[in-house]
Amino acid sequence: MTEQERIQKQRTERARESSADVSVDATKGDQLKAELDDLLDEIDEVLEENAEEFVRNYVQKGGE
Amino acid sequence: MAIAKVLGIETEYGISGGPDLEPIASSSIIVNAYAHQGRTRINWDFQGETPDLDARGLPGLTSFAPIIETHLANTVLTNGARLYVDHAHPEYSSPECRTPWEATLYDLAGEEVMRRALVIANESLAPEDAISLYKNNSDGKGNSYGTHENFLVSRDVDFSDIIRAMVPHFVSRQIIVGAGKVGAETDHALHGDPFFQLSQRAEFFEEVVGLETTLKRPIINTRDEPHSDAERFRRLHVIIGDANLSPYATFIKLGSTALLLAMLEDEGTERFPSPPRHPVHAVRAYSLDPSLHVVEICDDNKWRSAWDLQDQLWTAANDYVARRGGEAVAPEAEVSLILSQWREMLDGVRDDIRSVADRVDWVAKYRVVTGMQERYDLDPHDAKLRAIDLQYHDLVPQRSLARRVGLRTLQSDEEVREAVHNPPTDTRAYFRGQCVARYPEQIVAANWDSVVFDLGEGPLQRVPMMDPLRGTAALTEDLLKVCPTADDLLEALDR
Repeated sequence: MTEQERIQKQRTERARESSADVSVDATKGDQLKAELDDLLDEIDEVLEENAEEFVRNYVQKGGE
Repeated sequence: MAIAKVLGIETEYGISGGPDLEPIASSSIIVNAYAHQGRTRINWDFQGETPDLDARGLPGLTSFAPIIETHLANTVLTNGARLYVDHAHPEYSSPECRTPWEATLYDLAGEEVMRRALVIANESLAPEDAISLYKNNSDGKGNSYGTHENFLVSRDVDFSDIIRAMVPHFVSRQIIVGAGKVGAETDHALHGDPFFQLSQRAEFFEEVVGLETTLKRPIINTRDEPHSDAERFRRLHVIIGDANLSPYATFIKLGSTALLLAMLEDEGTERFPSPPRHPVHAVRAYSLDPSLHVVEICDDNKWRSAWDLQDQLWTAANDYVARRGGEAVAPEAEVSLILSQWREMLDGVRDDIRSVADRVDWVAKYRVVTGMQERYDLDPHDAKLRAIDLQYHDLVPQRSLARRVGLRTLQSDEEVREAVHNPPTDTRAYFRGQCVARYPEQIVAANWDSVVFDLGEGPLQRVPMMDPLRGTAALTEDLLKVCPTADDLLEALDR
């Protein structure tokens, strides 16, 4: 392999790697969003329905 | 030489519901429900409780001595813990533990004790009177209650050095161990109308140093009540922490603090970063800034963010362990885990908070709160966001949000169940817990530093335990095994 060819090969590999990185990132981003969506769905199911009343009624005496 | 960092956590749980909606009565129902299940009905003994003694040595003229309410429900568990009503909250004080890992386990055991108490109590109550418990520190309306850590410290360390060394840590550690809060609830914090804070507790702190815990809360609490030999030991009573649902947060909160105290004992204050010039301002300002960019002027005229302080503290602790080891805190493998996780959590909150959403409570909560806000395009003040905040801390598994956010576990459920019943083996909590389990009929009272027996004849007999590192399984297991009755035990101890 000539010097020229080697540089070309490295460039191609680097380009391939970086395009792979981008698609991995995009996939990862989608995956994270999907995970959060699932979590929010689950929380929606168990969250107190009347948030206003739930929060208002929670009153504590100071402690310690 | 640094002394063994015997440690533990006391937690006041938030409470709602009950037949009269009266928190003291509801708290008593919780404590009695657990005690009457036959686990233990032994009283707490108040001898040796001196919460009004000030570690600075001078009478605090502006201080109020905390009031001890002796008529409230109060009991000792077979795992060596104390379960009782403090003010208007049920409180679990963990047994004395030898390492941060163990203290985290016994904090989780406390959650389990409260959950069991709740099930038992609610079985006897009408559905509309059911009680709920929350492991949090404020009601969002200006009322706060505590999660206090305790660390055994050598009496040789000057209290002024504890203040100098530990203020930087106590104002900054919230960036990795804060439990997070939607909004604010005190005048000065409400002023800026914050959306989210790192800490439940930070905005309630008003002094740098002081004796009080309920009024004018200080960053360093001076209560000098060692519950042990006062000539040799202090008990550093840390009132500035949040209650954590993440076991890793509890572990790092305890582990980082214990390592820094050991470093202070061995090498003095020299390696600690310069504290913020205005610590109260700093702890509040850091809490109000989830971006972690806020900087505070320090005594050496340099500006530091909370992250900068933590970075310096971690480096100092890491170097200390490299030089001297960390045996005072834990075995080598555990010390390594403390240092590596402390580092990971620090780098995580700076570089990519999602990477630590499984360990940092405020990040886990923030992710859900901001996610929900975006999903429904909610106003920052929407009650739904505050409901998420509150329900994150609900102890009931069916409602708990902390259980759903994917927090990493440190111990197995089996280990936690064991810790509900059995004491740590390597502190005096072993002797206390074993006595409660073996001789419940003959014990009339117990407290941190003694067990009191009533053998039916003659005066009550107190067995003192002034050294937290005596009364271990290694020292007492064989003796307890050959003493089927309390009479046998006391006779053997007399010999």
